[in-house]
Order: sequence, then C-alpha cells, then structure tokens
Amino acid sequence: MTDARNEKRPARGIFLRLCGYIMKHWYLFIPAVIFTLLSNQLALLGPKFSGDAIDAIAGDTVDFATVNNSIVSMLICYAASAVLSYVLSVIMVLMSQKIVYTMRKQVFEKLLSLPVGYFDTHQTGDIISHISYDIDTVNSTLSHDLVQIMTSVYTVVGSLVFMWNISPPMIAVFAITVPAAILFTRYRSKVVRPLFSARSKRLGELNGYAEEMLTGCRTIQVYAREEKIGERFNTRNKDAMDAYYKADYHGAIMGPSVNFINNMSLSLIMILGGILYMLSQNGIVKAGTLFFITLGGIAEFVQYSRKFAGPINEFANILTELQSAFSAAERIFRVIDEEPEPADRKNAKELCDVHGLVELQNVVFGYTPEKTILKDISFTAQPGKTIAIVGPTGAGKTTVINLLMRFYDINDGQIHMDGKNAYDITRSSLRRAYTMVLQDTWLFKGTIRENIAYGRENATLDEVKAAAKTARIDSYIESLPDGYDTVLTDDGVNISKGQRQLITIARAIISDSRMLILDEATSNVDSRTEIKIQEAMNVLMKGRTCFVIAHRLSTIKNADTILVIRDGKITESGTHDELIKSGGFYSSLYNSQYE
Amino acid sequence: MKTLFSYLKAYYARMAAGFTIKTAATVSELMLPLVLSHILKNVLGNSVSDILLWGGMMVLFSVIALVCNITANRMAAKVSRDFAERLRRDLFIKTLRLSAKQTDSFTVPSLESRITTDTYNVHSFINMIQRMGVRAPILLFGGIAVTLFMDAKLALVMIALLPPIFATVYFIRLKGIPLYQKVQRSVDSMISVVREDTRGIRVIKALSKVDHEHRRYDNANRGLVKDELRAGVVMGSVNPVMTFFMNIGSVAVIALGAYFVSKGTSAPENVIAFMQYFTLISMALMSVTRIFVMYTKCSASATRIAQVLESEEDIKVFSENEYPSKTDAAHIVFENVSFSYNGIKNNLENINFSLQKGSSLGIIGATGSGKTTLIKLLLRFYDPDCGNIYINGKNIRTMPKDNFYSMFGTVLQHDFLYADTVGENIEFARDIPRKDVEQAAHTAKAMEFISALNGKFDYVLAQHGANISGGQKQRLLISRALAAKPQILILDDSSSALDYKTDAALRKALSEDLCDTTLVTVAQRVSSVKNCDLILVIDEGRIIGAGKHEDLLNTCPEYSEISESQMGGAFVD
Repeated sequence: MTDARNEKRPARGIFLRLCGYIMKHWYLFIPAVIFTLLSNQLALLGPKFSGDAIDAIAGDTVDFATVNNSIVSMLICYAASAVLSYVLSVIMVLMSQKIVYTMRKQVFEKLLSLPVGYFDTHQTGDIISHISYDIDTVNSTLSHDLVQIMTSVYTVVGSLVFMWNISPPMIAVFAITVPAAILFTRYRSKVVRPLFSARSKRLGELNGYAEEMLTGCRTIQVYAREEKIGERFNTRNKDAMDAYYKADYHGAIMGPSVNFINNMSLSLIMILGGILYMLSQNGIVKAGTLFFITLGGIAEFVQYSRKFAGPINEFANILTELQSAFSAAERIFRVIDEEPEPADRKNAKELCDVHGLVELQNVVFGYTPEKTILKDISFTAQPGKTIAIVGPTGAGKTTVINLLMRFYDINDGQIHMDGKNAYDITRSSLRRAYTMVLQDTWLFKGTIRENIAYGRENATLDEVKAAAKTARIDSYIESLPDGYDTVLTDDGVNISKGQRQLITIARAIISDSRMLILDEATSNVDSRTEIKIQEAMNVLMKGRTCFVIAHRLSTIKNADTILVIRDGKITESGTHDELIKSGGFYSSLYNSQYE
Repeated sequence: MKTLFSYLKAYYARMAAGFTIKTAATVSELMLPLVLSHILKNVLGNSVSDILLWGGMMVLFSVIALVCNITANRMAAKVSRDFAERLRRDLFIKTLRLSAKQTDSFTVPSLESRITTDTYNVHSFINMIQRMGVRAPILLFGGIAVTLFMDAKLALVMIALLPPIFATVYFIRLKGIPLYQKVQRSVDSMISVVREDTRGIRVIKALSKVDHEHRRYDNANRGLVKDELRAGVVMGSVNPVMTFFMNIGSVAVIALGAYFVSKGTSAPENVIAFMQYFTLISMALMSVTRIFVMYTKCSASATRIAQVLESEEDIKVFSENEYPSKTDAAHIVFENVSFSYNGIKNNLENINFSLQKGSSLGIIGATGSGKTTLIKLLLRFYDPDCGNIYINGKNIRTMPKDNFYSMFGTVLQHDFLYADTVGENIEFARDIPRKDVEQAAHTAKAMEFISALNGKFDYVLAQHGANISGGQKQRLLISRALAAKPQILILDDSSSALDYKTDAALRKALSEDLCDTTLVTVAQRVSSVKNCDLILVIDEGRIIGAGKHEDLLNTCPEYSEISESQMGGAFVD
C-alpha cells in the first residue's frame, strides 16, 4: 500500500513538469485544443444530419429538399473535420518534436556535465535507452495520446448529449454496459499487465543470452558445444515463448469481450428502441413526449452509441500508455536532475603559463566510502621529468591519474600544481594543462583529420600531417584512398587497434600541453611498431612532465622516478637502477621476464 | 517465405481447426447487422414478443462470436508459440554452426537481430494472420455479399468506393515505410554520438571539448527531428483520409438511397443497415492494408532467417582418399600452407613446420602479420587455399568435427566469458568433474584469486566477465582450456594482461603439469615464448625466422630487435 501511495505523489510532479514543457509551446497547444474541439464537434454533427435525411427518406414520400440539405451539410462537416484533424495532427507532431528536441538536448548536455564517476557506474546501454527509448515513449504520448484523450472526452460527452436529445430513456442501456465495460477492462488489465511485463522481461533475457553466446560463437565451436549451448538457449526460449503464450492466452479475452459488450448494447438498444418505436407508431406514445422515437432516431442513436463506445473501450489502453509515459518521463527527469560536477571555487583562477610542477601530499581516496584505494600518497613531479607508476592490477595506478585530472575529488590531503592548490584552479584550465593517451583508444565517427585535430581546435592540415608523421601513421593514412579525409566508422572498426592507438598519439602530439599522461598507451601497438614510435614518444615527452603507466617494463625503465604502489601506498621509489639494486618488488617483477 | 511454410506444415491441422472456429465467430458477427436490418424492416411494429425474439437472436450471435473468437485466438497463440519456439531454436543452433567465413559475411550483430527481431516479427505475423487474416477477408467479402444480396444497386455504389480507399491507405503506408527507415537511421546516428561520448567522456573532459560535443549532438538531434517531422506529417494523414472516405461512403449511400427509395426500388431500412455494413467493411479494409504492410515486414524477416537456415556447411569433412594421411608424421605438421581472406593478397604464404608431441611452439610477429590466421587454419575455421595441415598424420580435412575439436584446449584472442559462475565458465557445458576444474585453475594460476572471491567457484560473473580484471579473465580462460586435459593447447595472445611475474609462473606451471600436451603460443612478448622448443617469427604472412630463442638472437635481426627493445638489451646469458 505504501508503495502505491509513494508512486502517486511524484506522478503529479511529473505531470506538472510535462505540462510545463507543453505550455512553453502554448501558441501551438491552444490552437490544437481549439481544433480538437471543432473537428470533433463537426464529426458529431454528421450522424445528426444523416438521421434527418433518413427521416426524410422514411416519410410517405421522400422529402428531397431536406435530404439534399442534409447531404450538403454532411459533406461540409466531414470535409472540414478531415482537414481540421489533419492540421491538428501536424500541429501536435510539431509541438511534440519541439519538446522532444529540448528534452534530448537537456539530457545530453546534462550527461556531459556529470562527473566521470557517473559513467563508471551507469551502463552505456541504460544511458542510451533514456535518450532514445524513454524520450520516444514520451513523444508518442504527447503527439498521439494527448489528442486521443481530448477527442475521447469530447466524443463521449458530445455523443451523450446527442443521444439525450434523441431519446433519454434509451440511454438507460449504457447504465448497464458502460460500467460493465469499465469494470471488465480494469479488472482484466490488472490480470494481464503483469503477464505482459513478465513476457518482455523473459524476452529481454532471451535476447541477452543470444547476444552473449553469439559473441562466443567461435569458442563454442572449438569446444564443440553447439548442441549443449543450444539446449540451454532453448530452455530460455521455451520460458520466453510460454510467457508470451500466457500473456496472449489471457489477452485473447480482451478484444472479443469488448466487442461482445458493444454487441450487447446494440442488441439492447434494438430491443428497447424497437418497443418504443412500436409504441410511437401505434400512437400510444405521443410525438414530442419523452418516450417518442422515429426510425431515423433509432439509426442516429445507433451511430452515436458506436461513437460513444469507442473511447470507453480504449480507456484501459490509454491508461496503460499514460502510465508507461509517466515512468519514462520520470527516468528522463532523474537524469536531468542528476548533480553535475561541482562548480569551481569562487576564487578559482585560470591556470596559465604552466611549468609542470605537480605535488601530492598525503592524498587519501576511495571510490566508495567503504573502500579506500589510496591510503597515503605523496610525491613530487619536477617540471619536465618522467614519473612511472608500477604496481599490481587494482593497486590504484589509474586512480592516481583520475585524481590528477580531477575526474574524482580527493578525500583528504592536497594536490598542488605549480605551487597552487589544484582546487583553486578552474577545472577546465587544469585539464587543458594535460594531454592523455589511454589504453582504450577513443575515436569518433568523423574523418581522420578531424580525429587528430580534436586535440587542438583550428589546427591546419599541415600541422595534422606533421603530427601524424611524428606518430609514424602518416604513410598508412596517405595510402588510404581518401587519405586524411577517410571517415572512421563507429568506433573505428575499419582500422586495426594499433593504428587507432597511433592516431590517438598523433592527437596527443598536436595538443601541445605541458604535461602528459600515458596510461598503457602502447599496449595495442606491437613491439616492432613500438620501437618505431618510441622516438616519436621521446620527442613528445621531451620537456613535458610525464606520468606513465605501462605493463612493458621497457617503457618504464628510462623514467626519472619509478613509483611502486602496493596496497594504496608508495612502497618503493627511485630510478630503475636504484630499484633493481634494492631488490624489492620492482626488481622481482623485472627479473621475472627472464625466468 | 518457403522455409516458413515448411515450418508451419506441422501445424496445418491445428490451424485449420482454428480457422474454422474463427470463421464461425466472424460469420456470427456478420449476422448482427443482418438481424438488425431485419428488425428494422420486418419486425418493428409487429409485436413485443417478436422484437424480443430477434433481439434475443442478436444476443445469441454476440455470445457465439465471443466464445468462438476467444477460443480461436487462444489456439492461434498456441500455434504461433510452438512454431516460433522451434524456428528460433533451429536458427540459433544453425547460427552457432556457421563457419567463420559465413559469420564474417553475415556479421554478428546481423545474426543477432535475425534471432531476436526477425523471429519476433515472424512470430507476431503468424499470430496475427491466424486472427485478422481470417476475420478481415470474411468481414470484407461477407459484408459485400450480404449487401449485394440485400440491395445490389446500393451495394455497387459502396463497392465502387472501396478501391480508392484501399489504394490511398496502402499508398500512404507504403510511403511511410521508407520515411520510418530514414528516421531509424537518424536515430542510429544520434545514438552513436551518445555512445561515443559516454565512452570517450574522459578524453572530452580532458580536452575541454564539451561545447564541441554539444554542437555535434545538436546536428544529429536536429536531423532526427527533421526526419521525424516529415514522417509524422505524411503518416498523420492516414486517419483523416480514411475517416473522410468512410463518411463520404455513408453520404453516398444516403444520397442514392433517397433516389432509389423515391423510385420505390429500395427501402429506408436498407439505408440504415447499409451504413452499418459500410463501417464494418471499411474497418475490414483497414485491417487488410495492415496485413499487407505486416506481410512486407514479415517476408523481409523470413528471407533473412531463411538465408541463415539454408546456408550450406562450407567446412566439409572429406574422405581419406581425397586427402591422404602421412605415416611418419609428427604431432602437428604444416605443409606449404598458403591462405588469403579476400583472394587478392596472401595473408599466409608457404608456411612449413612440424611439431613433435609434447613440445612447444611460440609464434611472434607484428600485429597483422598473420599469427592469428595461422591459429585459425590449425583450428579449421578456414581451409588453406593450398597446402595441407596434418595432426597425428591425418589431414585435418578428413577429421569429423567432434573428434577434431576434442583434441584441443583453446584460448582465442579476446575470448569470451559469460554471465554464470566461475566454475561453469571453466567447465563450459562439458560435464567435467570438479576435481579437474580445480586442477586446471591451479595450473593456470587462477586458484589464488578464485579462493578470494565471494563463493569461490560459485561466484557469478557479469556479462563478458566485467566484474573481474583482465588478467583474471585470461587465467580463467586458460583454466577452461586446460580442464579437459587436451592433447593440444592453443594460447592466442592470452597472457598479455598478466604481469611478468604471473606470466612466468604460468609458463613454468604449464611446462611442468602438461608434459604430454603440445603447446602453441602466440604472443607479443618475447618473454612469453622464449622458452619454446620452436619459435616462428612471422612478418607479412611469411616465416622470417625459426628456431630456439638463442639461435634467433643471432640469426634473425628482427627477433633480436624486438627482444632488445622489450628486455632492455641487458640480456646476456
């Protein structure tokens, strides 16, 4: 019960917030409302005229004047109603697209302002489903359901009024069938909805399993496990299909039952109407009294009753769609309300004329309060020197980099840049002082030139080429048919991992900042290529303060200082020769390659 | 669609029963307006009991329609469930059996969507066609028949209106399909920006490119909005146009009805009944156009499924007459093997070597030099263009798949772990006793971290093993390869994430625990292969150096260059 109550309250907030988006486009929304009312009013008038026409036909002689009038009126009504409802749907599409555009923009811009930690803890798939699927759901509700609801309400009320005018007693039929329809659909949807959500859950699991196993297709073949894995797939397949069937089995009642209720009310109308008509014909019921009805009146009534029943049948469906739109909107708003990276301190200054002196004093950090990764880290990097960080996996090497770049904020201790507290410097100028080359090479969909020039805005083609030459990727790029204008497709799958890495190195070369971070930067480059670019790396590293993390000890050997991090602390520090001599963890690590 | 029908064959009897029941239901629904017009025409004014009788008939037909529709819908759901289950199972197993070449040409994401989306499309079509496919034509043609019977002249007026309605709606829908495809492409490019940026968030922030990314996203966002607007504007016309046509129909019926009634050739009650029928028939027509649109979607999906199901096995097992055995052979022999992926440039050229049982082979070379291709040929993912590969003297083309693969324990490059327990990931659906699993984990140096895991071998991995480190993944994969005690162990770049110390310990354990196993290692690190009995240095698909570590240092300049760069040149021994 408490759950239900908790769910209700934010629903109002979400509703109001959505209304806010709509009202921003009041100049579209208000005409939309007017058009809806007009077009429905016109559509409702149609049966009225056709009833008049039928009465005119049903008389002793056909009254052509009335028939013609009615036909002309009907044509005008229907044509105008069609035009209005088309214009209306265009307006709604326009409005919903404006809103959706804004929402996507807000979500995306919020995303980029979030701390890096958000992306470490949220899956890409989830983020994407907010920005595409959830927004789509809201979109279809805005552009379609909103009109539908307005139309439904108007049609229900309007038809009721018309039917009242024709014959109030016959409305009594709906006193039975409408509650029956509403109760039935509400009851059924309570039964069916969990079945449908179970079905999409099972299907999701099945898809996930298929996707996972297909990525391991070759492995399954080399162990000849096709049959076994096929069997396991099929148990999930069976589950999903059964869930499907169960939902269909219960869902199968809905349509026919709703039709049944409609047919029932039609039958009842015919019986009741038939009796009333007979009495009216016999003169027992006088014209103009409550129970009087004509043949045209019955025909009209039947038509209005169909109009009346439609929205009532849709009631449950629209309710479900509204609910899913609300929960989608809630997920969207949750992203929009996420806390961005804290603003720079008030007195924060731009970092300019960087020398590259970095000092860490007693730095303590953990990604979660429960688990401290770095317990007490202090070291100084002199300008232009190279610091290598070595340690077992999970010791916190990359964490140090995260702190230097202020991707995460330290829990305790201090970081100084050129003697200034790093937290008194604006975040963007601090980050600009560094250039990073990471193990996960990141290229975007765009030309090679754009990807390299990403490091520095308005870099000329010559500068791009020079950087590529230094990174030893120039001749490869020139050998491509489109050269520097070659478009890298999603994630750059059309070039090898090593070549992608070289492009990111070229990007680092062009960005020309005082400090350099190399986190496993050459791990995707084979040794022979590494030898070739080592020279380029030396040029790149010259005069810059460098932080290097690498598995290959050859990359580390020449560092000015090697730091060994174990269990969150610096256990050894010194040059290669000093550390080898001291015979600690580093020397055993180094010597193991000769074992 | 042919393949689909062959799958449906088993259900023809059940479908026929369903069709019959559905027909009964639909005919009952058709009877309703007929009775209604009968009441209006003949019964009204007779007596109350007559009205009750015919009203009761309407109720009766409504009940029949209700019961039959529910039964038929449920039967349809059951048939489509059984059908889709069988189709998807076969498709999945067939997909797993595709050769590497076939998988390459289909691509994995496409195969995946065939198993999920395409099968789903076919499933819902089969489900729908059993319901709407019966109901709509019967309502359509039955409705027309009844009206023709009631009043042929009025009916002809109405029928004349149907073709333009059908044509318009079908045309708009058809026009909508490419528009929505375009929307889908725009959605994809919008998503790809989001995906790229969530992955590259560190780089973007480090280079302060947030504004640049805002602009890039805005372009994609605007493009999408434009396409969605265009699709919305076209598709928004379907309902108004349809409703307008239907209304015009009823106006026409009234206009001509008035004329016919005045001439005495029709009755006013007919006009009322006709308006009922006209609504019914146009609804049926809407359903028919929907069926057509769904059919286009379904047949595209069915074709994609059939392509996979019908693709022929291209790695065949040949007889020993075609590919004779060798008698004096070593454990593994490559004889003049050449291979090309695209048939233009050889990726491997004239590879020759032989390996004794229990010995070890190391393969080293630059990325793209052909190391992994060699492994792929040995594992028969592809057959060589020329030359032969022998294991125990037998040409591998003659060995039945199951026998062949049971000899190997393999860790591929970027091999896969899946969401299940650590133990299951090692056992890999092979019914290996726990004792052997533990032994394998021990040899692969995985035991130390497994025992630290919560639940040890029952610790559940995330998809792709995302909750353990790279080095831990590689050790699990090696455990998997070792668990069935293979004759041949293949490690393709599978210790690259291990630090030197663990790597060295692993090499030592492998050579001690598996003295009968022939070991093939592909690596980038010299230290990973330097103790092998034979080392092949590969460059651009050719062997440019072969021998032991010490020999190669002297005979192969490329090798000594790599060795020097990695091991600091301090290696004098």
